[in-house]
Amino acid sequence: MSTERQFCTFLIDDLLLGVRIEEVQELIRHQPTTIVPLSSSELGGLINLRGQIVIAIDLRRRLGLEPRADDESAMNVILRTEDGLVSLLVDEIGDVVEVSEDDFGQPPETLVASGRELIQSVVMLDKNLLLILDTEKAVNVDSALMNQ
Amino acid sequence: MDEIVKEYLIESNEALDCMDRELVALEKEPSSRELLATIFRAIHTVKGTSGSLGYSKIESVAHVGENLLSRMRDGDLILTAEITSALLAMTDVLRRMLASIEETEEEGEFETGSVTDALHRILQNSTGMNNPSAAGSDKTGEILVERGAVSESLITSVVKMQEQGDARKIGDILVEEAGVSPLAIADALSVQAERRQQVTTSAIRVDVNLLDKVMNLVGELVLARNQVLQFTTNTEDSSFLRTAQRLNLITTELQEGVMKTRMQPIENIWKSFPRVVRDISLAGGKLAELEMEGAETELDKTIIEAIKDPLTHIVRNSVDHGIELPSVRQQAGKPPCGTVKLRAFHEGGQVNIVISDDGAGVDCARVRAKALEKQLVTPQQLTAMSDLQVMNLLFLPGFSTAAKVTNISGRGVGMDVVKTNIEKIGGTVAIDSVQGKGTTIKIRIPLTLAIIPALLVMSGGERFAIPQVSLVELVRLEGEAAISKIEMIHGAPVHRLRGKLLPLLSLNRQLNLPATVAGADDVPVVNIVVLQADGRQFGLIVDDINDTEEIVVKPLGKQLKGIHCFAGATILGDGRVALILDVPGLAQRAKLGSETQAQEVLDERKKATAESADAQSWLLFRVGNKGRLAIPLSTVSRLEEFDLAAIEVSDQRSVIQYRNAIMPLIFISDMLHLQGAREDESRFPVIVYSEGGKDIGLAVDEILDIVDEHVEYSNNTASDYLLGSAVLQARVTDLLNVPAIVDGFMRSSDFIPEERAEESIVYVN
Repeated sequence: MSTERQFCTFLIDDLLLGVRIEEVQELIRHQPTTIVPLSSSELGGLINLRGQIVIAIDLRRRLGLEPRADDESAMNVILRTEDGLVSLLVDEIGDVVEVSEDDFGQPPETLVASGRELIQSVVMLDKNLLLILDTEKAVNVDSALMNQ
Repeated sequence: MDEIVKEYLIESNEALDCMDRELVALEKEPSSRELLATIFRAIHTVKGTSGSLGYSKIESVAHVGENLLSRMRDGDLILTAEITSALLAMTDVLRRMLASIEETEEEGEFETGSVTDALHRILQNSTGMNNPSAAGSDKTGEILVERGAVSESLITSVVKMQEQGDARKIGDILVEEAGVSPLAIADALSVQAERRQQVTTSAIRVDVNLLDKVMNLVGELVLARNQVLQFTTNTEDSSFLRTAQRLNLITTELQEGVMKTRMQPIENIWKSFPRVVRDISLAGGKLAELEMEGAETELDKTIIEAIKDPLTHIVRNSVDHGIELPSVRQQAGKPPCGTVKLRAFHEGGQVNIVISDDGAGVDCARVRAKALEKQLVTPQQLTAMSDLQVMNLLFLPGFSTAAKVTNISGRGVGMDVVKTNIEKIGGTVAIDSVQGKGTTIKIRIPLTLAIIPALLVMSGGERFAIPQVSLVELVRLEGEAAISKIEMIHGAPVHRLRGKLLPLLSLNRQLNLPATVAGADDVPVVNIVVLQADGRQFGLIVDDINDTEEIVVKPLGKQLKGIHCFAGATILGDGRVALILDVPGLAQRAKLGSETQAQEVLDERKKATAESADAQSWLLFRVGNKGRLAIPLSTVSRLEEFDLAAIEVSDQRSVIQYRNAIMPLIFISDMLHLQGAREDESRFPVIVYSEGGKDIGLAVDEILDIVDEHVEYSNNTASDYLLGSAVLQARVTDLLNVPAIVDGFMRSSDFIPEERAEESIVYVN
């Protein structure tokens, strides 16, 4: 019998992405962000999470997608990482899905290059595909690079 | 590791530190029974606990030391330098064994023979003379005498009774036999308890992590308080206002209280210094004494930790480089024993630490020579430097003037590391020295790092916090002044602040923020925050200056470590996050910026002087009767006029005092071998040209005009000092190659034109 795992899903553009539910601390609605000058556009800024300062990563830009329209506000997926909390800015929060490890597959070759390395695997759901995010890579934004 | 072993390690290390300190003190005051008793107690504790935990090697080493000390306590032995050294060597060995226990939980194999042998030898050599022990240092008795409750002779007789076998306590005997009032005894006992506080302390040990956690929570509370206080501005609810006010007071008190728990006296670092000074002075054959003042001054734990190494380094330097050999000192008319003085005190919310010695002082000539040798500065820069500036060269990386490298200092960890470490915690270091008299190093550091006062500013629509430590003053230019009081030097804005040039940085530009668009009918306003970093001042132009606020410093995530403009972030009263500017980092960045700017100017100039320059402004001037010359206006800093009488000669060159500096004068007529005009004028025009931050004056005969023209010139001239000739204002004009002239001038040392007094001069900067 294969292991069932739970994923927290969210939408970016029309992509359905997921992270392991154990890594998620909480989901919160749009927060006022403070922009960090000179930092890469992949950093959405800093948010105040009940007195803790958390870096928000703009997952759209991180995946090499078009920036979010001005009138759309992002949702925050707060992840627990080795270096503390990090927020992922996403378009919309989806359901928690339970998938069996048997359903995991390699990401398709056709994924955009910059996004591909962030996708750990692909799960085929009934209606659509769930892309499992490699959170470690996703939050590893190098500010030195962004400086340019 | 076992909790007991941990406790044992902490206790034993503390006991050894205490021994170190007291031994050095005892050396100065060999008759102090109190010091001796403290030392004895310390080694006794180490021996006892080691034995009970089964660390037999430590026990046996400590045992030998204890034997020796007990002989001293009995008065059989008097402390000598030899004994002190032997005992200090013993504490070192014990420390190493403790460290080994900490790492491997075993005592480890250490060669203890030489240390114990030395101690044994001293023991055997002791003559065994048996001084009658003086009355035991019974503090109760002494305190009573001190306070005038009983006479000294009474105490002596009571002590005798005790020695003869009376088991009662001294206080009891006095009350029962001599009728001393029990109140006086109780009073003396309470004094005694106070004095013995370090022995039977009322303190408890708390895990530092727990304290940090509590501190963080208090930080949160401060933020929550700030938020609540903001709501009070929009409400009339008096009970809410009262509650908020109460919350405010309690939070402030709690914050102070928790801060205090993290405060430690600076003595905690200083206590190792007597030993450091003793070891180094002994090793160098010097005599040095350490004086300490304000050891009780308290600082946050993190700061104490951060300044430990820098301070140790400075103290070492003072003895190793500062204090001279006794013979040298006597020749200079100083006492043979040098003094290193440590002083700590609070001032304006900051702590000052002053380390001064009465040694040789800084030899500025040697520093200059060394700086040149190491190519840290150019000869030109060096000549313009004051002695104080020269001394600050000591803080440059890679600088060490120690004539020889000893094993104590001069190992490459120089004053630059001291400076960096101090600046890392928001402090400053300044050095002052008088050759032959001594050196003083002054350190200013904040009390705490966790919660700091900061100035909030707006720029590009964002708010930023500037730590108050870096803040010097605020300048606001309004209306006409906003435009006219900001001048440009090679495209770099400056402001004249009370006669000094203040380089300006725009925060918007530094951080690539959108420039603020002022409304058309707004009065133009420039807000300048004058900041200090790296010993230099600069002005930061911001859009708006808000308020000062106590902010809680939070570190930035690793994703932002690469950006050196920010020292951290904080949460403001409205719950929004604001970045804290890293002022030294910003200054650094700007320096790079100004270098690239200078490079750009140079490139531009090259372009301008290359084949064809685009339309640009030219300054036309006359030299001699016929010389009609031009230079690009962009290379000109200023135009001035001087009295002929103001010309002075230095190093065989004509110079003039200009803006508190010595400006060399170049007579264009001499450089180009043009006949001087020889007009009988007492004043002459000078074109001021700046290169590498230095002004150079070009003396000409007459400034003619400034023209905007597209110039095409032919390179047909024989002189290196000319770029070529062009037609300007329908007349043939030679284009002067200013860099080449300056270069040529710098090379020619014997350049003093004759009959200068009759010529008029134009200075080109």
